[in-house]
Amino acid sequence: MSFDQNAFLIIFTASLISISCGLLGVFMMLRKMSMTGDAISHAVLPGIVIGFFVSGSQRGLEVIIGAGILGIIATLIINWLKTKAKVQLDASIGITFTLLFAIGIILINLLAYKVDLDQECVLYGEIAYLPIDLWITDAGFSMGPRITYLAILNLLLVSTFIFLLYKELKLTSFDESFGMVIGLPAGAINLALMSMVSYTTVSSFEAVGAILVVALLVVPPATAFLWTKKLIPLIKLTCGLGIFISITGYYLAYLVDSSIAGMMVTVGGLLFLGSAFVQYVLPKLGVGTSLPVNPLER
Amino acid sequence: MSDFAYFFTFQDSSIAFVVIGITLLGIGSAYVGTYSFLDKKALLGDAISHAVLPGICLGFMLAGEKNPLYIVTGAFLSGALATFLTSWLKSKTRLSDDAIIASILSIFFGFGVVLLTVIQKSGNPEMAGLNQFIFGNAIAILEEDLYLYGGLAILIIITLSLFRKEFNMLVFNPDFGSALGYPMTSIRLVFNVLMILSVVIGIQAIGVVLMAALLITPGAAARFWTNKLGPLLILAGTFSAISGIIGTYISFVIPQMPTGPWVVVSLSLLALISFLLAPKTGVLSRYLARRKYLKSTLRDHLLKFIFHAQEEGKGDLTIEEIYGSFSHKKQETRRAINNLKHSGLVTMNQNIINFTSAGKSEAKRIVRLHRLWELYLNEYMNIAPDHVHDSAEKLEHILTPELEELLESRLNYPKLDPHQEAIPRDNDEL
Repeated sequence: MSFDQNAFLIIFTASLISISCGLLGVFMMLRKMSMTGDAISHAVLPGIVIGFFVSGSQRGLEVIIGAGILGIIATLIINWLKTKAKVQLDASIGITFTLLFAIGIILINLLAYKVDLDQECVLYGEIAYLPIDLWITDAGFSMGPRITYLAILNLLLVSTFIFLLYKELKLTSFDESFGMVIGLPAGAINLALMSMVSYTTVSSFEAVGAILVVALLVVPPATAFLWTKKLIPLIKLTCGLGIFISITGYYLAYLVDSSIAGMMVTVGGLLFLGSAFVQYVLPKLGVGTSLPVNPLER
Repeated sequence: MSDFAYFFTFQDSSIAFVVIGITLLGIGSAYVGTYSFLDKKALLGDAISHAVLPGICLGFMLAGEKNPLYIVTGAFLSGALATFLTSWLKSKTRLSDDAIIASILSIFFGFGVVLLTVIQKSGNPEMAGLNQFIFGNAIAILEEDLYLYGGLAILIIITLSLFRKEFNMLVFNPDFGSALGYPMTSIRLVFNVLMILSVVIGIQAIGVVLMAALLITPGAAARFWTNKLGPLLILAGTFSAISGIIGTYISFVIPQMPTGPWVVVSLSLLALISFLLAPKTGVLSRYLARRKYLKSTLRDHLLKFIFHAQEEGKGDLTIEEIYGSFSHKKQETRRAINNLKHSGLVTMNQNIINFTSAGKSEAKRIVRLHRLWELYLNEYMNIAPDHVHDSAEKLEHILTPELEELLESRLNYPKLDPHQEAIPRDNDEL
């Protein structure tokens, strides 16, 4: 197969997005907040629509700001429902994201004539358009695909965030009370993580769709967790899976002529379910050690 | 307005079908959803509703058209597979519940999107109808759909009503159920089937993405109004039916609007009203109750402060001395003193505060309760005298006259508390 520049760009960008999502997803999973990530990626929709409407284009900074604000609002509403209104956590999450997502869909329909955005594109995204959506400078010089730059910027921000706050994130993820006792601002760290998730959702939604961002946030970390329980290997494995999913997903989608993002998730899902099955079968065959079982649960 | 009359007088029989349909499915899913909310498994409904997408697509591919029977069967099977995988992963891996649910949800949805694009590219003209399953369009419910979806909704409502005892046990105390010899595993299975069915029948009207709201929100909202299961279910069903009709009406008036989002918005509005305004558990009434409690504790503390001053023989207290001791909340203190004056418990003469006789006996009552409780903790609970003050500080505001009488007789009408201070009674003098 000859070198296909478009295929390379798509796979490269998809890998960047998967790695950003996976890095954040590992910490979300360890904090048992995977569903909050799901909620945020639904809830940013009204912010995206309003940002579109205000800036008149999907490239505006307003879109990112709007989505970021909505992501934080969603976190705050979930928290308010849980602590002030005393609604149980799972119901708080469910109520919040369905409401915000519904408002987003309504806004899209209200502003349909002004905003070049339809609900399907928000849900599924279309990374196949990436090579033709170029960043053209004022001088008319083409710099290459716009979304690839967004993905590079996003990965830089996410990895800087995790590099700088690694110790704090690790501590508050594994033992929040201890983190608070030694004086870490657990609430602020949490909010910062949620903001990063919102930002990542926004910057990737055009490529993979708001809902499929969830898959990249959750599935690679969960798969990696089936193979290792140590943080550093967990992060490395998650990134590796993200790249593998991007490559395989692209070529499979090419083969059956379907959504690339959807196929990436499908590959991730097969890996996840396959890993769970292998981990279940291995001990029965006498290979490796059995899963550690907490004696108190027996 | 004519739209309104046209819609609600049901001149058009197809509107009547739609309204009956959405009411039935709203009640059915609220019914199941309330149980799963009480079971703390609200998000499983979210996973199921995303997970039916591949089933819908496969059903469509097999039938080659929008055949409700194929689609319902396909949706049911993929919902069932998702539910099975969720519980399998939960028992066989050490992943947390939310990671499992989020994974299953997104994997199934992702696969559904793949199938959807495959169908899209096959160029089947029936495709347009399929999009309705994602965002929901109640107006598109036809008479023949109603028989299937409405029938299933009625089946759900009847099954849940007939086996209420069994499902109550499942949700509230499954161990007790199995100890009594009930087949809890089969009951759980039946419940899961009902839950999947309720998602399946809701998808055409509400859409897969927002169906979760119809399961979660009514129960959570109704929970604020009642503690009893019967009224809870009725209320949840009512909320859901009302918002279903509102949503349908809006998408009837503005045809390009999908139904699902409006149903969810009106449902959330009802929920928000419940969270804020419900008596006892609502945010507003709990805020008011707390304020009332804080006000009455301040009043009690003021009375106690004046009493202690007189007990120590300080003589007359000026209002400034009181402000000085409560300086962190001067505004409230001023208001509380005015209230005391209005209710005739204290008098104020040129800034000198003094008790009226009613005020004095009230102050004695509070100090008495405080010291009785200290003595009780000391004598009956063996708590050291220097550790009893904080508890008494809380209890003095809420001990009832009956408890006071009980304490008095248990402690044999004591004269002194653990700190050797007199326990004041109405007829003794300071």
